[in-house]
Amino acid sequence: MARKLRVRKHKVVLNRSAGGDLGITIMLSILGAFMILPMIYVIMQSLKPLDELWMFPPRFFVRHPTWRNYRDLFMLMNTSWVPFSRYIFNTIFTSVIGTIGNLFFSSLAAYAMAKIKFPGGKFMFRTVRTSLMFHSTVTAITSFIIMSALHMVDTYWAIIVPAFATSLGLYLMKQFMETNVSDAVLESARLDGATELQTFWVIAMPMVKPAWLTLIIYTFKDLWNRGSSIYIHSEQLKSFNYAIGQIMAGGIKRAGASAASLVVMMLVPITVFVISQSNIIETMGSSGMKD
Amino acid sequence: MSKKKAVIRSDMTRAQWTWKEMKKNWVAYLMVAPYMIIFTMFTVVPVFLSMVISFTDFNLLEPPNFVFISNYTRLFLDDDIFVIAVKNTLIFAAIVGPVSYLMSLLVAWFINELPPKIRGVVTLVFYAPSISGQVYLIWGTLFSGDSYGWVNGALLNLGLIPKEIAFFEDADYVMPLCIVVALWTSLGTSFLAFIAGLQGIDRSMYEAGAVDGVRNRWQELWYITLPSMKPQLMFGAVMAITSSFGFGGVVTALCGFPSVEYAAHTIMHHLDDYGGIRFEVGYSSTIAVVLFAIMIGSNALVKKMLSKVGQ
Repeated sequence: MARKLRVRKHKVVLNRSAGGDLGITIMLSILGAFMILPMIYVIMQSLKPLDELWMFPPRFFVRHPTWRNYRDLFMLMNTSWVPFSRYIFNTIFTSVIGTIGNLFFSSLAAYAMAKIKFPGGKFMFRTVRTSLMFHSTVTAITSFIIMSALHMVDTYWAIIVPAFATSLGLYLMKQFMETNVSDAVLESARLDGATELQTFWVIAMPMVKPAWLTLIIYTFKDLWNRGSSIYIHSEQLKSFNYAIGQIMAGGIKRAGASAASLVVMMLVPITVFVISQSNIIETMGSSGMKD
Repeated sequence: MSKKKAVIRSDMTRAQWTWKEMKKNWVAYLMVAPYMIIFTMFTVVPVFLSMVISFTDFNLLEPPNFVFISNYTRLFLDDDIFVIAVKNTLIFAAIVGPVSYLMSLLVAWFINELPPKIRGVVTLVFYAPSISGQVYLIWGTLFSGDSYGWVNGALLNLGLIPKEIAFFEDADYVMPLCIVVALWTSLGTSFLAFIAGLQGIDRSMYEAGAVDGVRNRWQELWYITLPSMKPQLMFGAVMAITSSFGFGGVVTALCGFPSVEYAAHTIMHHLDDYGGIRFEVGYSSTIAVVLFAIMIGSNALVKKMLSKVGQ
């Protein structure tokens, strides 16, 4: 029985009907609108002058865009008790150090668990995997007790150190290493006299670039979006996100500045994602050939 | 003169073999040590510690007394708000978990069908809300209780409602709205995992499937795609369950704490209330242990269901 083959860009497209393509496009558009319209609305709100923010009936799109709300936001930042640059520094410092540490420690442990057979390795991994199944709020209060015993409360370490060992980081890395790093390559490196650490750093790590980019996005956005924390009470150590929240707590008269602050906050993780996403797709494309 | 014999496993007891393997692979222990020490300190110990504390009346100030199961009996028999919280949590999780899971999977699959050039942009559209921090607060503006809220404005303008609805102060609307917002922010880690999983599937599998009689994309999805990405499916399920229990922050930010008539009060809020505000650490640990059990239980359930995929 001869089947009609659909060809798209000189490649045969299997099992794809035109009707299905259309249906998928329609569904994707509806869901996409649901996702993106509120995002556009934030941007619109942040560009609206005062009279457009408080007009009836409210309009979705801005008519006379203005940067006034952003100017207000930066003016509000300058009047805060702790200099705003301090909040920004706190967030950047904890995000960057936490992300780097997480990437390094998680990959190191993941490599050992995925590629070296040693007693207890499987058990350790299973414990970590189980911990993915509950949300960290369950352990928040007892973690606080442990941190205060270690004198970590109200220091940067309270945010940074737990971020070094996220369950998700290790889990993702181990899964990727197991499937994407071939044992044969590692074995030949070992036979050539490379130590286990060299094999990990020089051979395995470049092979799992997509995984560590995913790890970077994930840890970074978590740390970046961190608001007030029960582990931090000094005003000087609090995060940018917390400070933004204080601005929004100003209520109605700050509606414009609030929207502007939301836009500022979301730009950073989105930019990080855009940069690393193009990398992920690139590496995925070139890693298509397997032995 | 005796010939040197190779050591094989049956020559040794199990303990000897383990010890030998441990000595041989000492580097592996070195490699996992930093991670495992931190992980144990801030994840494993807290879980067991809260199980212990849940049997005491610890309040951070006075030395704890052992109170046996009175925290548990108080929680289940005397705490009316806890019952509401359990109900809300289960409704919330039962809707947000599965819907966000299926949405992530379908969207990831649809995106995978798109030409590679626009995939990146579409992925960003769907992923952005989940990484943008507090941007969900915009829903508070969209559904604001006065006539300047976009939804109220539109409804009033069309004459569908006589006066504006205070969405986030009305017990009837609070829960559905929070569910919508939670869904909006829920295309996160599992979504990315699905996209990566789909891209990792070998194209020749599809070609072989077409030869073997797969007729359309749905059959292809069920018989080839899903079974090939089972690890990602399981992982996505775990992430969906965990986060579907963790939307307390979204609810607090939009509806206030406590929400009107406890209409959106979840176990998470109950935990915060006793742990973070009243410092009844013993009692809040009891709540944490119960929440922990619910999460682990739902994961076990879903794991069973997922083992049926592709059969």
